[in-house]
This record gives sequence, structure tokens and C-alpha cells, in this order.
Amino acid sequence: MSATDITPTPRRIPDRLDKPFRSAILSWEALLVAVAVTIFIVNSFASPYFLDVWSLSDLTFNFTEKGLIALAMALLIISGEIDLSVAAIIALASTLMGMAAQVGVDTPGVLLIGVGTGLVCGAFNGLLVTGLGLPSIVVTIGTMSLFRGTAFIILGDQAYKGYPASFAFFGQGYVWWVFSFELALFAIAAVVYWFVLHRTSFGRRIFAIGNNAVAAQFSGVRVGRIKFILFCLTGLMSGIAAVLITSRLGSTRPSIAQGYELEVITMVVLGGVSILGGAGSILGVVLAALIMGLVTFGLGLLNVPGIVMSIFIGLLLIMVIALPILWDRFGRRRRLA
Amino acid sequence: MSILRKLMVAAALSAAMFATAAHAENVKIALVVKSLGNGFFDAANKGAQEAAKELGDVEVIYTGPTKATAEAQIEVINALIAQKVNAIAISANDADALVPALKKAMERGITVISWDSGVAPEGRQVHLNPSDTNLIGETIIKLAADYLPEGGDVAILSASSTATNQNAWIEAAKKALPEKFPKINLVATVYGDDDSAKSTDEAKGLLKSYPNLKAIIAPTTVGVVAAAQVVTDENLIGKVNVTGLALPSEFKKFIDNGASQAVALWNPIDLGYSAVYLAHDLAVKKMEAKPGAKLSIGRVGEVTLDDTNSAPMAAPFTFDKKNIEEFSKIY
Repeated sequence: MSATDITPTPRRIPDRLDKPFRSAILSWEALLVAVAVTIFIVNSFASPYFLDVWSLSDLTFNFTEKGLIALAMALLIISGEIDLSVAAIIALASTLMGMAAQVGVDTPGVLLIGVGTGLVCGAFNGLLVTGLGLPSIVVTIGTMSLFRGTAFIILGDQAYKGYPASFAFFGQGYVWWVFSFELALFAIAAVVYWFVLHRTSFGRRIFAIGNNAVAAQFSGVRVGRIKFILFCLTGLMSGIAAVLITSRLGSTRPSIAQGYELEVITMVVLGGVSILGGAGSILGVVLAALIMGLVTFGLGLLNVPGIVMSIFIGLLLIMVIALPILWDRFGRRRRLA
Repeated sequence: MSILRKLMVAAALSAAMFATAAHAENVKIALVVKSLGNGFFDAANKGAQEAAKELGDVEVIYTGPTKATAEAQIEVINALIAQKVNAIAISANDADALVPALKKAMERGITVISWDSGVAPEGRQVHLNPSDTNLIGETIIKLAADYLPEGGDVAILSASSTATNQNAWIEAAKKALPEKFPKINLVATVYGDDDSAKSTDEAKGLLKSYPNLKAIIAPTTVGVVAAAQVVTDENLIGKVNVTGLALPSEFKKFIDNGASQAVALWNPIDLGYSAVYLAHDLAVKKMEAKPGAKLSIGRVGEVTLDDTNSAPMAAPFTFDKKNIEEFSKIY
């Protein structure tokens, strides 16, 4: 518990000092790797169809879109904020893309509208939170209804179809062999986010804000501006996810991506990001996305009913959250003894 | 630790399960539903299992997502493609969004049909409708006419005035009236908006405005219960017969107390049975699905494909004193 526990190498500054388990972040990711490998091995034994390159390729579609949003959401949660409107942003962006495609806008235009809508929605969230100083959970519950509601008003119970043929590439195309465009994009985005969070001063500031926004402010960190940027990023990633999903489904309904926000947040928390802010890593989030994909696909191959899958994910989440706390308690008792 | 051990046990179990399944070399037909935990679809699965037993070499995989969304159904479809099933028979959460995933399934040699809730034509080979507009329209009038040999006044209590389904059925019913039921006189059509309170008020209004009313026809599961409750409460059992489309489990008490003689709805057991039968014939016997083709659906009969390769299964199935007990346990 005391600072003497930690003897960091000169350049490694722990994200937080009060949680020995989390300060040993390496072992956290090691645990996730162990879980992922276990699930992979169990899956290969459980179903003869699992170890097939195309099965594994199909598997990645279970997490790439949500994973892309989770990368930005991780940064946002580390900074102490949250965005519950991401799925609603997808719905609105997809609806506007559908409208554009309907009047004959071609693929680049549709793409731009999708990503742009996401960015604008994110900026709107950011403005309300940082400009007016409202709590992000309240703001984004509101905008969640606002964005999806707008999509419902525009579309009603109708659907937009008829996207340009070349638009299908984003959600259905392959870059090389079994590697889909979605997977490639996720891999690149993961590297970029890893670099930003762990190798730039911008990333350090995010941690600083998450640990103590007031102290960060007094240390010269422009808290409001950084938070605003993070909301914009989350919106942008939601816009990109909207393009991918819309392309994969080839159509838009206002109910698109229903419930994605909770799955995204599950990934982030499972990845070891502290829900209270101030700690977490991109590697953890990527591993968590992979684990969610492996679990849902593996159980799907065994035709396990969806409800059992939800129970499994829920248990995994509770286990992952309870483990550090139990670890702490256990450690303390040992020290007392 | 213990989780790990549980996983191992689960793996061993499923491996064992697979080993026995692989032995039989069955035709694997996946019955994919909108969401699991729905009595209607569980009943369809009953029919599917019945068809599997009858056909002999069929293994039915009954599956579906927990959330009734297209995205969740696509994950299920991807898992089924990976398992190399022979056929997928799906009740779709979205007619369009499933098309790319189902196209992929067809490209990999899987027979795809939709049933109950359809998929756009390019995403399936055949669609099996539970019934069709004309059959439903005629059935709802017939339900009332069967118990009115002398004829008389009837009124319709519908869902909302903009409900596409109900409006089409009522239109078809009106068309059937003059030719097939000349003695039946339709005096009014009112709208309860599929809201219990509003439906109750509308039913009361009908009874006041038309004292000679002999039957209320409600082609909506909400309206029919409201109307039957009003008839029961106002002691009009025996004078006014309530009928329409109803869920047997919700409606059993009104058949029992006599407020209604009979109601109808699609029979999910027959629907699941027919879907598996069709999928089997297309996948194994390589029957060709093209407009005008006649395909067998076993004990339920035969369907003829229209120009979008879809076909109605049968007229709505009638529930009365004789069978409501049995079906009320199912859905």
C-alpha cells in the first residue's frame, strides 16, 4: 500500500499508487492472455469447426466494430468520463448515410457523411459536458435518446437499402486472404491508440485527469479541451463503426446496433480499465475484445442459447472486477498476519 | 481454477455430444428464431422435431439470439455457416439486414428459407408465410358466421387505424362478405390501438351503439381479450359472441366461460414442421424453388410458390372448446 512497495525504473511512472494489483498491470494483461488462450484451446477441442481459417475470420466480425469504439471509450473512461450514446450515434449516422445513398450520393460521400455525423455527435456530447459542466453520464443518456429518436423520426418503421455496390467493401470486403477490411482497420486503430495513450504526453495527461482532474488543472493540463477531444474521438469511432455495420448489413433501420454501448463498456472494463478512471491499457482492451469474440463465437458453434452466452459474459465480467479487489484483501490479510 | 475445470468439463461434454452426433451423418437443419424464450417459437420447435422424426435422417438445431436484433441473428448465422449445416430456416428480425449474411450462407452451399417473418427475396430461396391476407380475412368472418346461422350484425374491433396487417385483413374480409357470407351485416369498424384501456372503451361503445350486435370480431390479440372481458363483465355471454385472432393461453378463460365460441391464429407447431419439411426437400431432394413450383409440406399439405418464391401455409388454425386446453399450454 505504501509507496515503498513500488520501485519503478526511472521512466516508468505507475498510473495510480493506491492499487497494487493494478500497478502490476503487466500481470493483468498476462491474465487476459491466459484466459484468451484457454478459451481458444477449449473451443478447438469443443468444436471441430473452430480451427478453420474462415471460421476464425468470421469470428473477428463479432468484435471489430465494437472494439473500434472500445479503443476510444477506454481513453474516455480513463479520463473519468463515459459515453453511453455511442450506439445511438451509430443509428443516426447510419440513417443519414442511408438518406444520402437514397438521393444518389456515391461511396466516398456516404463514407464522409457517416464519419462526419459521428464526429459532430461526439463534439455535441463534448460541448455539453465540458462547456456546460454537466455530468457525462446524464448528458449521454439524454443524447442517446436524442440521436436514436431522430433516427426513428426520419425512418419510422422503414428501412434504407440501395447503397452503392462499392460501399459493401467496408463491412464485407477482404484486404488479403482471410483478413477482412474491418480486422485490418481494428489492428491499425489499436496501434494508433496504443501509441497515443502510452507513448505521448497527451496520453499521460489523460491518466492525470482521470486520477485527479483538479490537480491536473492546477498543473497546467487543459482538462476541458482534452476531454472535449476525447468525446470527439469517441464520436468519430462510432461514426466509423456505423460505416462498417451499415456496409455489413447493407441496410439501415433505426434499431441498428441496439445495446452496443453496454457491450463496448463491457470490453473496456474487462480490459482492465478502471471504471473510476485513471488506469487502464489499450493492450488490455484489445485482448478483452478478442476474448468477447472468442467466447460468443465458440459458444455459438456449440449452439449454446444466447442467454447462456450473456450469463457467461456476465460471470466473466464479475470475475474480472472482483479479482483485483479479492487480491487486495487477500494481500492485506497476509501482510497483517 | 474452478472456472477452468468447468470449462474443461463443458468441453469434454460437448466433444462427447459431437462424437455421437457425427456418427449418424445427419442432415443438419437449423431452425433460427427471432429470440429464444418465446413460447411461440418453442412450439415451432416442437413441430420441427416432429418433422425431423418423420423424415428420419434430420437433426434439428433450434437456435436464436437472446436479443431480437438483426446483428445478434447474424452472429448466429455465422456460427451456423462455420458448422456447415445443410439448411437454415429462419424467422428474421430484419428483412434486409440479414441478406448479406444469408447470401454468404447460400454461396457456401447452404439451403436458406425464411418462415413466419420473411427475408427479402435475394436473401433466401423460399419464404413460408403462416397464412395470407385473403385466408385471414375470410377466416375472421367465418369464425363469426359459423355461429350465426340466421345472420346478423357484427362489428370489427381492430388495432390502430394505420396498422398495415389489420387493414389488409379487414379489406379482404369486406371483399369476402357479399359473396360468401350474404347474411352477415358488418355495421362498424372501430380502432382500439392495441391498447387494453382504449379497446375496452371501444368495445363498450359498440355494445351501446348497436344493441342488436351478435358478434365482435377483433383481429388483434389485445382487442380480442378486451372485448371478451367487456362481454363477460356486462353479462352478455350468449348474446354477443367475441371472436378474432387470439393467443390460446391468454384467451382460454373466455372460451371456457362462453364469451367466445372460437378464435383462430397461426399454428406454430405446423409452421415449424412445414419449415423443416421444406428445408429438407430443398437441401436433400434438390427440389427447385421457382415461381409456380408445388412443394410438399408433409401432413400439412402442399404449397405453391408465388412470383417472389413465397407461399402461404394454411388458413389460420381454429381454437374452440375441443382443443383450447391443449394449445393454451403451448403459447
